[in-house]
Amino acid sequence: MQYLLLIYENEANRQNIDRAKMGEEYGKFTKSIIESGNFKGGDALQPTTTATTVRLKDGKPVTTHGPFAETREALIGYYLIEAKDLDQATGIAARVPSAKIGSIEVRPIMVYN
Amino acid sequence: MADQIELVFRNESGRVVATLIRLLGDFELAEDAMQDAFAAALAQWPSEGIPDNPRAWLVNVGRHKAIDRLRRHMRFLAKRQEIEADLMSDHQIGQWFPDDAVAEQGPEDDVLRLIYTCCHPALPSEARIALTLRTVCGLTTAEIARAFLVSEATMAQRLVRAKSKIRDAGIPYQVPSREVLAERLDGVLAVIYLIFTEGYAATSGANLIRDELCREAIRLGRLLVELMPDRGEPDGLLALMLLHDARRGARTTPDGDVILLEFQDRSLWDKAQIAEGLSRVEAGLRAPALPSTYAVQAAIAALHMRAERYEDTDWPQIAALYGVLMRIHPSPVIELNHAVAVSMVDGPEPALRLVDSIDKRGELNGYHMLPAVRGELLRRIGRREEAVAAYRLALSGAELEPERRFLAARLAELA
Repeated sequence: MQYLLLIYENEANRQNIDRAKMGEEYGKFTKSIIESGNFKGGDALQPTTTATTVRLKDGKPVTTHGPFAETREALIGYYLIEAKDLDQATGIAARVPSAKIGSIEVRPIMVYN
Repeated sequence: MADQIELVFRNESGRVVATLIRLLGDFELAEDAMQDAFAAALAQWPSEGIPDNPRAWLVNVGRHKAIDRLRRHMRFLAKRQEIEADLMSDHQIGQWFPDDAVAEQGPEDDVLRLIYTCCHPALPSEARIALTLRTVCGLTTAEIARAFLVSEATMAQRLVRAKSKIRDAGIPYQVPSREVLAERLDGVLAVIYLIFTEGYAATSGANLIRDELCREAIRLGRLLVELMPDRGEPDGLLALMLLHDARRGARTTPDGDVILLEFQDRSLWDKAQIAEGLSRVEAGLRAPALPSTYAVQAAIAALHMRAERYEDTDWPQIAALYGVLMRIHPSPVIELNHAVAVSMVDGPEPALRLVDSIDKRGELNGYHMLPAVRGELLRRIGRREEAVAAYRLALSGAELEPERRFLAARLAELA
């Protein structure tokens, strides 16, 4: 089964983290799930200050600055993984370096029959 | 005969559905299969007699009924799509669920797997309770809805959503690995205890289904003890439930008013159940590392139950056990109970100091039991006006009728 791991962190806190160390941990983690065959994709996202949201109003696109909603924890990256079941997927999610300081949402990918 | 069949269904449905889920790999399919098997049993057993091994009969018939359903469904799909050539042969469908898979694993393993799946942390708490009662205990949706005071439609939806999540999110049907077993066991115990406390907090005497919840929780507790013999935590929980439940006959007046432990007629306590509970307490304290909170609470209950009369209760031991409980499971509610025990050993004044310091921290704001306890202590000290104020505050927060009547009675005494 495929799952998307959505990585959330409190952006205000990010200044207090040793980002070099975090980057190293991410490198190790990504390598390990590639080796185990679980990795299908993943990226870090630029901060929410770079986000733009698009909606349609009366059929016309309206763009506004910022993420779709202001939340205390913001989406900062994702992984697409293959796992045999939810327990394996949550086990992998728990090892994402940001799990120590933020939250990882685990969402199964829609399967069409 | 109908009664005997009913009893067989009640006792076996959990194990039957658990095995069918393992064989068929799907909750819905397994439940439909079991319903079909029950229907067949109701049709055949009155004339043929109840089989020697009813569980095996139901599993086998259920499995065949499921295969039949799948064949019909495949034919229906084929008709709709006019695909003849690729239709899987009847023989091939049968091979999905071979006969020897039935005997492969014991029904005990299947039930344990089922319990851990129903209590999976990825399911919302109320869904875990509903699913456990429905699939492991075999209560009907209507019965569970009545017990939790929601409509049958609401409860049915809750169950549907839970099974959908199991399927769509890939919640595995298995007993967890060693690394997470202790933590997941805690979760299972918590679900069982929630079922018990829901039944134990019976408000209206006429609501028999709440008694039934205590019975089911105890049944689940016994099942877990049987299925996990090398762990002591299930014994602790079973002991606690047995001891609390043993007081059932003495807890309320015919009108449904609460009778405090202090004033209960101990001759109405279930002695056999107390004996069983007491033997379980020892087993519960055997748990690997620290004793579980259930084991310690059971030890406290045991001290109450051993006393011939309220006056003979070993309060110093109880206070000490609350001290242990506070260390392994710190919580302001447990601190409050500790204070009550302290009041019995050292008098109301030291206890009041403890309660006031808990109050000051604000963690129990809105919890009516705190002012209720303060009221009791102030009353014993003789500070009437303050006691009245505390009881009034407690009354404003109390929701259960028997508790309200008790507090109102105390207020009337002090007026």
